Order: sequence, then C-alpha cells, then structure tokens
Amino acid sequence: MTSTPTLSNAAQALAGLVGAMASGAIRVVDLTQTLTPEFPQIALPPEMGQCWPFRIEEVSKYDERGPGWYWNNFSCGEHTGTHFDAPIHWISGRDLPNNSVDTIPVQHFVAPACVIDCSAQVKTDHDYLMTVTDIETFEAAHGRIPAGAWVLMRTDWSQRSDPEAYQNFDETGQHTPGPSSEAARFLVEQRDVLGFGSEAIGTDAGQGYHLRPPYPCHYYMHGAGRYGLQCLANLDQLPPTGALLICPPLKIQKGSGSPLRVLALVEARV
Amino acid sequence: MASKRSSYEGVAVAVPVTVPYVRYSTRGAHWFLGQAVEALVQASGIAKDQIDGLCISSFSLAPDTAVGVTQHLGLSPRWLDHIPTGGASGVMALRRAARAVQAGDADIVACVGADTNHVDSFRQTLGSFSHFARDATYPYGSGGPNSIFAFITANYMRTYGATREDFGRIAVSQRDNALKNPNALFKKPLPLPEYMAAKPISDPIHLFDCVMPCAGAEAFLVMSEARARDLGLAHVLIRAGIERHNAFADDPVMVRGGWRVDRDDLYAQAGVGPADIDFVQTYDDYPVIVMMQFEDLGFCAKGEGPAFVRERTLTCDGSFPNNTSGGQLSSGQAGAAAGFLGMTEAIRQLTDQAGARAVREAQLGLVAGFGMVTYDRCLCTGAVILGRSS
Amino acid sequence: MTMPLMRPKRKNPVLRTRQMNLPPWARSRVALGITAAAAEGRFELQVCEDCAAVQYPPREACHRCLSPRLKWREQSGEGELLSSTTLHHSNDLFFRERLPWRLGLVHLDAGPTLMVHLHGEVGEAPARVKVGARLDRAGQAVLIGFPNEGSAHMADDKMLREMTSDPKFRKALVTDGKTELGQALVRALVQAGADIVWVGHAEPWKKFGDGLDDIAALPQVTLVPLDLTNGRSVTELAGEIGGKVDIVINNAEVHRTFGIGARRGTDVAKAEMDINYFGLLRLAQEFGPALKGRSADGTTGASAWVNLLSIYALSNFPPHGTFSASKAAAHSLAQCLRAEMRPAGIRVINVFPGPIDDEWNQHLPPPKLLPATLANAIVKALRDGVEDVFPGDVAQEWLERWRDNPKVLERELAAGGS
Repeated sequence: MTSTPTLSNAAQALAGLVGAMASGAIRVVDLTQTLTPEFPQIALPPEMGQCWPFRIEEVSKYDERGPGWYWNNFSCGEHTGTHFDAPIHWISGRDLPNNSVDTIPVQHFVAPACVIDCSAQVKTDHDYLMTVTDIETFEAAHGRIPAGAWVLMRTDWSQRSDPEAYQNFDETGQHTPGPSSEAARFLVEQRDVLGFGSEAIGTDAGQGYHLRPPYPCHYYMHGAGRYGLQCLANLDQLPPTGALLICPPLKIQKGSGSPLRVLALVEARV
Repeated sequence: MASKRSSYEGVAVAVPVTVPYVRYSTRGAHWFLGQAVEALVQASGIAKDQIDGLCISSFSLAPDTAVGVTQHLGLSPRWLDHIPTGGASGVMALRRAARAVQAGDADIVACVGADTNHVDSFRQTLGSFSHFARDATYPYGSGGPNSIFAFITANYMRTYGATREDFGRIAVSQRDNALKNPNALFKKPLPLPEYMAAKPISDPIHLFDCVMPCAGAEAFLVMSEARARDLGLAHVLIRAGIERHNAFADDPVMVRGGWRVDRDDLYAQAGVGPADIDFVQTYDDYPVIVMMQFEDLGFCAKGEGPAFVRERTLTCDGSFPNNTSGGQLSSGQAGAAAGFLGMTEAIRQLTDQAGARAVREAQLGLVAGFGMVTYDRCLCTGAVILGRSS
Repeated sequence: MTMPLMRPKRKNPVLRTRQMNLPPWARSRVALGITAAAAEGRFELQVCEDCAAVQYPPREACHRCLSPRLKWREQSGEGELLSSTTLHHSNDLFFRERLPWRLGLVHLDAGPTLMVHLHGEVGEAPARVKVGARLDRAGQAVLIGFPNEGSAHMADDKMLREMTSDPKFRKALVTDGKTELGQALVRALVQAGADIVWVGHAEPWKKFGDGLDDIAALPQVTLVPLDLTNGRSVTELAGEIGGKVDIVINNAEVHRTFGIGARRGTDVAKAEMDINYFGLLRLAQEFGPALKGRSADGTTGASAWVNLLSIYALSNFPPHGTFSASKAAAHSLAQCLRAEMRPAGIRVINVFPGPIDDEWNQHLPPPKLLPATLANAIVKALRDGVEDVFPGDVAQEWLERWRDNPKVLERELAAGGS
C-alpha cells in the first residue's frame, strides 16, 4: 500500500517538529505557576464550600520514616494553582456531552492560542474588562481569531508575586481583570473559540459577580462546552498568534477541572 | 489506766555489737546485717543455728524484709519481726524480743539494726519515705527532715527562750564523748564557736545540728537470764519499757514527745525516779529533740531544757552523762542502726565494756528511741531502763 | 516588700542554657485532689461529712472518726504562722538551684498544720497568713503562705514566679491576630508587660477590617505569617522565632455552625479539624521542643502554652456539632500535650469559653463572652498559674452541669437545650 501525501505530510510535520525542538528553533514556554502552599486559591464567601489550597507533607526524606527515599503526600482542589476548567464546572454546562476532564476529546488539549495584550490598561485599572473593541483591535493587527483557538488575556498579573497583591482584595471584594460579558459572549458566538485563559485567579474578573450574567466568562464559555485556564504565567513570552498550547488536565473521573502543566510551543526568537 | 503490765524479769540483754561505720559503701544492707550476726555469733560463742528469733530494722533492705534475710543468712527462726521504725527500733526490738523470750516463743533473739549508704542512698530513701512525706513534705524541697526540725526548733526557741548556744552544748559535749569512741566517724573536737559559725542548713538548723548518714550496724542478743549465765555472758536486765506512737497529734507543732504520756509508768515499772538514772542515751537526730527528751522523760519540766543544759555537764564524766558514745550526731547515723546505737552503748556501760567512756558506778541507764518523720514530726517514741545484772 | 521584677539582661549566647529539674512530682492518688482544685485556682482540703474534721495531709479515712466520707471543700486558708525557716541546703535539684528558699509551718484556723512555701512578704512567726494552693513546675499542687495584705509587686516574688507564667518581660506568640479575640489578646498581653508579641496571620489577602493593622502599630507587635494548615509555614516560623517564644497562645480556630445533617460533605468539618486539631498538632510538634529547651532560662524563660478550646469540648453542642467534635479532639490532644510538656515544667493552660460574642455565635442568646473579657481571663490564668479555665457564665454553668452528671447534660443538649 502506498502512503498518501497527507499521511506523508503529517509524518514529516511531526518529524519536523521533533527536529525543530531539538535544534531550538521551536522552544517550549512554561505557562504554569509552581504549586506551593503559599500560592493563593480562590476565596468564596465563608458560607460556601471552599477550594482547598495546595498542601504538601513529607512522607519520608531519607530518614527513619523511609531511609532510602524522599516522597510527599499532597492535597489541593481541582481548581488550585494553574488549572483547567471543564464545562461541567458551571451550571450552564452541566448537561453537555463530554463535559468533564476525563471525557473531553483529547485532541482539544493541543490547540493554537491567541494572546491579547491588555497589560497597559490593567496597570492603571485592576478591574479592567477586556472589551469587544479590544478584540477587534487585536484582529486588525493580527488577523481574525480562528475557530478552535484559545484566547489568552495577557495582563502581566502573574508578575504579582506577593499573594496579597495577586488576590488584590479590599472591603468590596477582589479586583482582578477579566473579559466583559459582551466580549465573552462574542468569543463564543462569533469566533467559536476553544476556551479563555487568564493570568489571574479566575477567568472572570474579580468583580465578575456584579456583571450580567454573573461570571459571564464561565457562563458563556462552559455553557457552550468551552474551557478555561487560570493562573497562567509568562504570557509575555508568547507571540500574539502562532503559539501552540498543550494543556491536558488530570483524567479525574467526572472531574470539573484540575491543576496541570500548561506549555506553549513557540518559534524561538533570535 | 490499762491492765497491769508484766515486768521484764528473767530477761537478759547481752553481746552489744557494732559493725564499724563507713561514710559510703558499695555493699548492700545484707552485708552489714551479715557482719552483725557473725559478730553476735563469735562474741557470744553460740552456734548460728541457736539463734531462733530475729528482729530486723533497716531502710535499705528492699526489696527484702526480715523474711529474705533468713534465707540470705541461713537462719531458721521460730520468731521473726521486721520493724520499720527507724530511731525507735532499738527500744521496740528489745521490748518485743523480751516478751518472746518470756513466753518461750524464742530462746535467743538477735536484734539488728543495719543499713548501707550509697552515694545517693539518702535521697532515694526520702523519695518514698512515707505517704504523707511524699505528699506534704518532700515537695517543699528540704530533701529530708531538716526543715521540719527547723520549724520545731524555731518554735521551741521562740516559746521557751532556748538559744543556739544551748543546743550547741549538747552537740559539743557529745563530740567530746565521741573522741573516746573508736567507732565514731567524727575524730576532731567541736568547740562551741565552730558549732555556732557552721553554715546554715535550714535556719536555725546549722551543719552540726544534723547527723551524717553512713553505713553500719548495731546489734544485741536477748535471752533468758538463766541462759546468759549458762553461757557466761555479761548481760543487763530490763527494768522498764514504754512505747507510744503518734502522741499529741493535736499539737499544731511538736513541743513534746510521746515519752511524756507514759513516763510515769516507765519509772513505776522500775520502781525508780529520774534522779536514780546514771546516764541517758537520748535519740539525737537534732539537739532540740534531745532537749525535749530531758523534759519529757522527767529530768526537768517542760520549757526548762535550756536551763537544764546550762547547769549540767553532759559528758561521760559529767553531772548528767548523755549519749556517752557521742550519739549519732558525732558517731554517724547508720540508718536504722541509729535506733540501736544508744542500746549497745548502754549495754556496754552496764557491763564494763565502755572503756574510756565508762560512767562511774553506773547502775541504771535510760535508752530512748524516737523515729519516723512521716509528715511534720516523728511518730514513734519509746524508752527502756536497763540495769546491771546482780 | 517584694523587689519588682527587673527586665533581665541580654543573655550571653555562648553559655549553655539551664535546663529544668522538676521539683518532686510524686503524689498519692488521694493527694491529687488538691492538684485538681489548684488547677482551677482553688484551695481545697478534705472535710469529713460525719464529724466536719478537716484533713491534712490528704487521706482515706477521717483522722478523728474514721469515716471514709471525706469531701473536698474549698478552704479560706486563714491561719497562723508557727515557724519559718530558710533553706540553705537541699538534696533536691530544683530547690538546690534556687536557694535560698523560704518555708513555713502554718496552723490553719480550720485545724490542720501545713508545711508551705512562704511568700517573701510574710513576716516572722507569729503572724497571720492566708494559705493558697498553686501548681508548681511539676504541675502538682503545693501550698503557699501568703501575706494577708500584699504589696503592689507581690506577684514578682521569686518563689511565686515559679508557680505562674506572668507575661511581664516575656515574649508571646498569638497564633491568629485576625480575629477580635486575637487582637484583644495582643492588647491584654502588651498591657501585662510583654516585651514582644508575635502575631500570626494566614491568608494575607483576606481582610477582616482594620483590627490587624491597628495592633500591628503597637511597638511590641511583630506580624508573622502563620497558617496552621500549612506544615511548612509552622516549621519556618518555629525556626525563626521558636527559640525566643516564652508563651504560646493558640487561639486560631475555624468555627462553623453545623451538625451532621445540616451540611453535606466533610469539607467544612475537615476545615475545622485541620486548624482546631491538626493545627494544634503541627504547632506543638514545631514549637514544643523549643519551649521545653528554655523552660528554666532565667527569670523570664519559656513558661506556658495556652489552648483556646470551648466548653463544647466537654459535651457536644449539636447545632455546632462538628465544631464541638473538633474541640473535643483538640482537648484530648491538649491533655497529651500537657503530659509531654510536664517534664520541662511548661504549663499547658486549656481555656473552655462558652460562646464568644462573634459572628459565628450570632444566633445564640446572651450571655456571650466579649473578646476583651476572654482575653483578660486568659492573661489572668497566666498570672495565677491555673491550668483549666472556664471563663464566663455559660462555661461555668455547663461545667457544673457536666460535673454533676454528664449524661444528663448530653440529653439536655440533645433535646435542644443550651
């Protein structure tokens, strides 16, 4: 049987990818925050159930508890640290097919990403909402956002290494940036994106509860069977378009999300 | 008064034995017991298996009691007593042994007080000395009876005007006596200024008011007079004996001892009065108790102890010989043997075995016992009057 | 006149730190009745129910009429000092290291004669005194002769300081400064003369108002990150300050208002256990050894560990059922801690308040404990040297009912009583 040109191209593409990574022409960018007990987790009002912070405890460390080895037990929530949100996480996505981390089609875990830079606006306005206009401005410079791509909102928020600054609470709640309700709906209905990614603690803005509908990014994205990524880092190392995002969550039965390693393959810049 | 008490006639006390004292010993109490019994056997000329009665007092015998000693020393007595009564045990052993001999329950009774002294014996003995001491005395830190007797001494001084010099007289005179006792651990005289200048332990108790714990043993034999004569043993007779425990419990602090309760009976048994006594061997754990014995045994009235010692000389050759061996204050306190110290010395005095310490023409001697501080005072008291055999 | 305590000089760091030698700790079972009462600040002796004779030392039968019906009753302690002495020598290591030491013989008006530790302000015999019971460094009751009228500095008496954990010139750790109670504790400690108060706080991004900032402004206060759910946080703080802390006050707690059926899932109960029980465990594992190593370190060395428990630890309050269970677990562990700290002479103080006047007790009717009142009760417990504290009317009442018949209390609470 002779191989078709398509198969041969795919095989070549893969081989090319391997070669480009080996030569450094393609580099891997780590978009993940380190899981530590100090990293803040989402804080809901005290009457609600809470997401566990990351906690880790030694089992043994070359000592009387285990002389030749070092290992730990850890605990956290599905939504602790850099994590993936599946559609089943939100009430609007609860009944969709293949909506939990173990049933999402795996090819969705490798997908292109567009990075929209709102870092300048966020410097002066922590509650900044990315608008449809921001999207249109981005597309004017970099082309239409393709269907099936991630849209990542770069805010440089991940550079806030002090947990207090990262959470940015005051008496009126949390103040972190996110998409406007219209922007979230636009991305889903007009651009058929794969999902939305944020550097902050949530895909929705800190004051998202007060938008309509409340938490519109979760509502629209998961309601349409799309995904979320939170607590991303190093978005400033990605090109506006062209990055390939790799983000498979843990295969938790009926899981609503999980902490994960998010990587981006990008063209290495000279 | 109770039913009439039997006399002690027909009973002889003989063979006073002292196992030399040492400050510390690595040997066990059984060693000192064994040495005492061996000396009793050798000095008396009887065979070991003729000892058919045994009375033991010791603080350092645990986990043994007198029972274990029988097997340890190869004895098979038909009368056995273990008396944990410290400084009163010599008097109490004698009274019990005498009745056993009179009743025919035993023919020859060995009475032994013996203790070893390891470097930390004293503290370990105190740790579990008594229920009340553990709960109500030991937690207050004096690590012994010193503070209790400090209270008693201070109260006595305040109440009766005794001075430290008065107590010093007792300590100094006993030291003079001890210089003539080869078994005494203290070999140097104790001038009164040195007594007064000694370091405070728990004021008003100072160094020379306290005994020095050591290891050693004291022992004697009790048998019938007839048997003593048959064996050719010099011996003494028991003219009277009393005992009283936990006397005057309602006295908030000790100012008098149990001897006071029965002293009239003591002299009545012997048919004598205090003036007839030629020497006393008082129990001298602290000088204040010696002074109380002078009062409570009838030699002066309560509160006149200070005047009494100022007016008397207490040495062997003095007007009122007291603790002619030096007492435990100058000989050393070999644990329970201190309860026998006065007894063996009294027997020696009354059988002309006291050497340079001999009290001239001694006919009658009084031996007092006192012991077992369990909380705030000693509970056991006793006294016997011994007399020369005819 | 007692010399007021002076701030100790800075320690020479190359010298070995003196360790604790405990005073004699053995007591008979019956004598532990005095300890049990002293643990709560009372001086009790046995009184014969049949002839009213007061007994001392404690015993199994009345010394006057032989009756076994001896009941522990609080004593006024009034009496006459018959004799006093100053120990200049002791075979006991604790006392040997602290000579000279004053002792007294007291004739109680109630009858018995007592050997006591004597406060320096009591004059020579004869003198009227008042006897009280305190826990010594071995955690056992000892009797103390107090003057009838003490001077302003009488708490600074060298002997009395061995029985207490006065915060003056000491350094304290308050594990949670974000609550009103935590802030009240900090203020009370500062007022009591503490040199340094480290104030723990977790989740710095969660603000509960200005209270933490206000106390952070006090010169004695240093805020320190401390999250009792995070082992590493506890380890690191202990590494940093453990060697300097004299008094630990563990007031960190999670309090929710659920029983079993009112809230599905175990996450809330787990959150309560993770701080109320496991938090104590983590804290004790990390800070315990450092405290023990400094329990005889000069006049203001390490001295006490305070646990904020709850009266619900004794008997479950079903509306706050999982909280009650977590406090019961903490209580049991605190008893273990007490046993482990005893060899070093560190006093573990367990505090069992009734409902505190805070947001989680909003629905409970008064009386409720004001945070400042509770804080003052804790500082008083440190000063008095007691080890079981039941502050407030509700705690006192529940304690009485629990002691009277715990099964009856259980049933009262299950029937919706409070």
